[in-house]
Amino acid sequence: MQAAIVVFPGTNRERDMALALRRATGRKPAMLWHRDTELPAGTDLVVLPGGFSYGDYLRCGAMAAQSPIMRAVKDFAARGGHVLGVCNGFQMLTEAGLLPGALLRNATLRFLSMDCHMRVERADTPYTHRFRRGQVFRATMAHGDGNYFADPATLDELEAEGRVILRYATPAGEVTEAANRNGSARGIAGIASANLRVLGLMPHPENQVDPAIDGTDGMPLFESLAETLASAA
Amino acid sequence: MKVLVTVMPKVGVLDPQGKAIGHALAGLGFAGVGEVRAGKVIELEIAETDAARAKQLAEEMARKLLANTVIESFRVEVA
Repeated sequence: MQAAIVVFPGTNRERDMALALRRATGRKPAMLWHRDTELPAGTDLVVLPGGFSYGDYLRCGAMAAQSPIMRAVKDFAARGGHVLGVCNGFQMLTEAGLLPGALLRNATLRFLSMDCHMRVERADTPYTHRFRRGQVFRATMAHGDGNYFADPATLDELEAEGRVILRYATPAGEVTEAANRNGSARGIAGIASANLRVLGLMPHPENQVDPAIDGTDGMPLFESLAETLASAA
Repeated sequence: MKVLVTVMPKVGVLDPQGKAIGHALAGLGFAGVGEVRAGKVIELEIAETDAARAKQLAEEMARKLLANTVIESFRVEVA
């Protein structure tokens, strides 16, 4: 797997993401700058990491979605490339039109910095096959605008096509209002493109990849990707 | 030519900011305030003398960047 992480002005989670990918693959990901116009040859995964790109001006991810590198990322996705967007990266994916819907201000209006649990709705995707279906894992959320919104027809379509990959849940795996801290529609924490290769999620699985620092709950996601892309190469 | 683009959360889209402002107004003793919705106004200085053309340009800008039409509606006025 040759991953490339895109860094925008205001991105601040690229190093944790690089660490997670290196732990899963043994290879150091390339770091790209938002002004770059092409991906390194052989790139098979693009990651849009978390942070506050462009100071969240206008709307979270709106400026980043228009930056030069995003044209290459869109072309890459159109060719069937794998793209992972976490937190601000998820916001960029919706702003760029690579995933449907939008991320609104948290329903409570509060910035949420806390652990959450997510239930894996599908374990047959490039990102989740090392989990079991229905498995719950812990991740950290740190966002002010994570309230997933789409119109009811789009939500129904996402559900019908099996594109809701992760939902906020209790540690026991129940999707409840209390577990859905940011107020996302239908408890949605992560969705995928129709070909399941573009995934966006608000919480940070890259926070939990080191047994010495808060456990390894997020590791299966990166291991899934590493396995998917190793077998594709 | 000055053009104002008003961007508002779409009807039916949760606007917690508007709600919070409404609660605060009630707290200040302003009675009879119904729904409050908060949006933003973007003021553009466009190098264009034809008002219709300026409006058309601003609408294109709104669709491409200034508004996210999944969640927001916009209105363009030539000032």
